[in-house]
Amino acid sequence: MNPDLSIAETEKEIIEEFALFDSWDDKYEYIIDLGKTLPVLDAKYKTDENRVRGCQSSVWLVAEYKDGKLFYQADSDAMIVKGLISMLIRVLSGRSTDEIIEARLDFIREIGMTTHLAQTRSNGLLSMVKQMKHYALAFKIKDPVPSKN
Amino acid sequence: MNISLTIPKTLDVTAIRKEFPILNREIKGRPLIYLDNAATTQKPQQVIDAIVHYYTNYNANIHRGIHTLAEEATADFEQTRDVVKTFIGAGSREEIIFTKGTTESINLVAYTWGRKNIRAGDEIIISNMEHHSNIVPWQILCEEKEAILKVIPINDAGELILDEYEKMLGSKTKLVSIVHVSNALGTVNPVKQMITRAHEAGAVVMVDGAQSAVHLDIDVSDMDCDFFAFSAHKLYGPTGVGVLYGKKELLESMPPFQGGGEMIKEVTFNKTTFNDLPYKFEAGTPNIADVIAFKTAIRFIESIGKEKIREHEKELLEYAHQELEKIPGLHIIGKARDKISVVSFIIEKAHPQDIGILLDNRGIAVRTGHHCAQPLMDRFSIPGTARASFAVYNTKDELDELVNGLKRAVKILA
Repeated sequence: MNPDLSIAETEKEIIEEFALFDSWDDKYEYIIDLGKTLPVLDAKYKTDENRVRGCQSSVWLVAEYKDGKLFYQADSDAMIVKGLISMLIRVLSGRSTDEIIEARLDFIREIGMTTHLAQTRSNGLLSMVKQMKHYALAFKIKDPVPSKN
Repeated sequence: MNISLTIPKTLDVTAIRKEFPILNREIKGRPLIYLDNAATTQKPQQVIDAIVHYYTNYNANIHRGIHTLAEEATADFEQTRDVVKTFIGAGSREEIIFTKGTTESINLVAYTWGRKNIRAGDEIIISNMEHHSNIVPWQILCEEKEAILKVIPINDAGELILDEYEKMLGSKTKLVSIVHVSNALGTVNPVKQMITRAHEAGAVVMVDGAQSAVHLDIDVSDMDCDFFAFSAHKLYGPTGVGVLYGKKELLESMPPFQGGGEMIKEVTFNKTTFNDLPYKFEAGTPNIADVIAFKTAIRFIESIGKEKIREHEKELLEYAHQELEKIPGLHIIGKARDKISVVSFIIEKAHPQDIGILLDNRGIAVRTGHHCAQPLMDRFSIPGTARASFAVYNTKDELDELVNGLKRAVKILA
């Protein structure tokens, strides 16, 4: 993430990037390219415990809480899902738990990826978002007043 | 003497396509290419019209009403039973039970015949290429009855290993429930031969015809199966209608499936007597409109002729095999010698889900995933495949588009 930008500003940035494409093929090609840039998740994290349920493809998500902020790492065996994850990480990783919980993530709709939120696709974008927010909630409960430790 | 050769008229696909309004749709700015026919086929206008016609003109609950609408609806509903009877070569109309689909048909047999006849230690044989619908009902039954579920293995081509099947059959075998055509591989199983062997061992045989009824000529009397199940929606008919064929003496000996209206003869609080076949198994108001429209779908198939449709689909399948295999890294899963209308494949370094999404961007509908046959995917050590499946309205041009779409997907994903 870019620490100078808020969640809303990062979302706006992504929406602007997608406005450059006029065909679906191009949009997806870009998403796949984003997926390719996602750092490789260490094999030790690819456990059943870290697996996000409800996906046709395998998705693993790890969250680390540091100095009142939550940092995500994730991976998938499917490239488009990986690209979608990389956008979620760009928007949400490194934010406070409150910011993550309140994030509206309108960019998903704005860039035309709503179909990936539908249950029928079961490709896990919805499960991913839920899981990321669950982590934020869990850490908020553990650390209600984030202290820089 | 002159010898005249009769050249069979080939299928007029252009004309047939005009009967399917949905084929005019555009998906993401491109014409729809529908290659998910093994999941469900599209519906011709006449089937859609039959549903509308029923609701517009003689919607009524059937069998007991004495008014005109009820009589018309009943007659039309029951006519479908006769059409189905002829379509699959059943001995009598009492042997045709309407259900909501193949899954319910199989469950009906598991819950009635199965519960009555399966005991601890008995064996039920299925195969490694079954749809979950022909696995789970038997697993539930086996668990309840402490019976044993045996699985016929398959070879790398996706064919049943019949020697293993022969070895499994024995005095403990009570039921063989086998898929006629595999939904994920397209393999056509030699059911007639398997039924003969099962009967010699004293077992009852259920055939899952979900994928076969639309493509193959079905003659349950000749096949000599005890039960045969299929769904209307895979035969250009409406969703929510299935058929269970059962031999009359077996159906008569079975307890009812669900209790309620229609299936009873007389009810008092002390005792209820059950209705005759087939109504004993049709509790509650059935799916009247869709059953009525189902016969229109069967007539549609018969008006073209199954043989001609088969020829057309065979041509498509061969062409698909030939063209798909030219794509580097693509592997076809399921190369049975006897195979119809389905081509399942994987592409190295490309997840089936990515392939499905990228094809959808070009208006091409294929199915990706495990196809409700996870044990089969495990057999090939793959998480899933992409599957293209064909119907009467598909064309070689559409397959060219599929191949182009795949080539582009491979390029993007690499």
